[in-house]
Amino acid sequence: MRGQIQHFAHEFRAGVRNPTQLMLNYLFPLGFYLMMGFVMTGINPEFANTMTPAMAIFVIMVAAVLGLPGPIAEAREAGIYRSFRTIGVPAASVLAMPALTTALHALAMATLVSLASPRFFGAAAPEAWAPFAGIVLLTAFCFVAIGLLIGVVAKDSRAVTLMSQVIFLPSMLLGGLMVPLSLLPESMRTVAALLPTTHAMQAIEGLAFGRETIINPTLAAGALGITGALAVVLAGVLFRWDTRAESGARRPILALLALAPLALVAVLG
Amino acid sequence: MNAVLTVDGLRKSYGDVVAVDGVDFAVAEGEILGLLGPNGAGKTTALECVEGLLRPDEGRIDIKGLDPQRDRRRIRDLVGVQLQTSALPGTMTVAEAAHFVAAYHDCEPRPDLLERMGLAELRTRKYSELSVGQQRRLALVLAIVHRPVLLFLDEPTAGLDVKSRRELHAIIAELREQGTAIVLATHDMAEAEKLSDRLAIMLAGRIVAEGTPREITATGDGLTKVSVATEGGLLAGADIVLPAAQAPFIDEQYLVCFSTDPGETVKGVLDEVAARGDRLVDLRVERPSLEERFLEVTEVAS
Repeated sequence: MRGQIQHFAHEFRAGVRNPTQLMLNYLFPLGFYLMMGFVMTGINPEFANTMTPAMAIFVIMVAAVLGLPGPIAEAREAGIYRSFRTIGVPAASVLAMPALTTALHALAMATLVSLASPRFFGAAAPEAWAPFAGIVLLTAFCFVAIGLLIGVVAKDSRAVTLMSQVIFLPSMLLGGLMVPLSLLPESMRTVAALLPTTHAMQAIEGLAFGRETIINPTLAAGALGITGALAVVLAGVLFRWDTRAESGARRPILALLALAPLALVAVLG
Repeated sequence: MNAVLTVDGLRKSYGDVVAVDGVDFAVAEGEILGLLGPNGAGKTTALECVEGLLRPDEGRIDIKGLDPQRDRRRIRDLVGVQLQTSALPGTMTVAEAAHFVAAYHDCEPRPDLLERMGLAELRTRKYSELSVGQQRRLALVLAIVHRPVLLFLDEPTAGLDVKSRRELHAIIAELREQGTAIVLATHDMAEAEKLSDRLAIMLAGRIVAEGTPREITATGDGLTKVSVATEGGLLAGADIVLPAAQAPFIDEQYLVCFSTDPGETVKGVLDEVAARGDRLVDLRVERPSLEERFLEVTEVAS
């Protein structure tokens, strides 16, 4: 247990010591949040209705999908996990510690923007804070698991950037953070329904704000949880200690299975 | 022999390439086995199988009755590993690394080791800010922090300065005195000869020569070089036949020959000098070095 505690402490410190991780955990999300608060609410007053959940989800997504996978792939490429293995660090710790600490950093920022948005930018506050907090936690779980999976299956750090952007960019444009799902053309809604941000926004809007949604909010929340669980399992199965390892063969295509619950709910919901 | 590590019939292939082809060796308590071989001989692959990093295709590996693949958790506190290329997270400081590794082994960090390896004053320095030599020294400290009974050292002194190398040799000698079994893979012949109780030379995945450093250097041609210089140089032009020696030749001011029995040859040299009324200035008897023997073995085997 002492080992796990030291490992957790190390990963937590790395989240603020490593300049890239500091940028993606705190500085970039904060800067973007302030810009959206000052600029976007002026350009589009309707944004205030969704700003609180959208920004909470955004900061989580940046930390988890852009910030988490890179250090995992880099550590594998540099032989750090190989060294860890000789010390006796279990694979579960190698995966769990960066995931847990990233979740903590992301949730700290999500809490900040959730409390600050209604107060400083006149954003709508949730009618029910408990479901809001619950879905934010589920969203963090889902995104951190996806980030973990990307870090595990990506061939190298360049592939990480590509795979992260495949999730991040559509989520920003179509996932309900900038433009509500209801305003998207029908064809785009199908694509949007495959994105975790869409389900997170729909779940929060339905369960925490009491608004009409296109996707059943309870099913959307469930899809986030199942997607996260599937991604964790797949990350464990596909994990490799180093680039030469024979176990956990590289099968990035399998990682797509993690998105199946989102697609299923999109069809049902 | 109280074997800590026994390896029988170890085989490992990468596709069609056979990296390790039926290797057997054992290491006892308080013994150092030097593993020598040119690049690509299979040393690192063999070590990685024994360390549990690679799964062998065939063979049996026994570490104090445990299997590196099956009993990984129990073995981790018995074994220390210093990889040829190891790395730690760049943001981790030296002190944090010591605590991190000690915590996973459930032991206390060893400030004395940091002190001895010249790392005490670098306790707060991040791993990414250490020089290559400092990183190597830290890797060694971390490999022995939990006092393992079996230690694997893969090129331990590569990149180390003279002082650190000497300190490391002293630490290795101490560990051997304390009963630690050590497998030392190195390209440094002087280091292997100085530290190892036994040597195994690997080539193309097989062990082609094995024994004590003296046994290894004594086999093969096994000729000892005898060089003699005299005040009057009266041996130089003479047609001399020395006992147990090949025909001598002149190398600068020395008469040189290669002997199968240096005792007899030296006696013959002294007799010749006395018979000619000359006076001995210098007499050198040099056993073949491990390096020469290593080159001979690898050339013959390949």
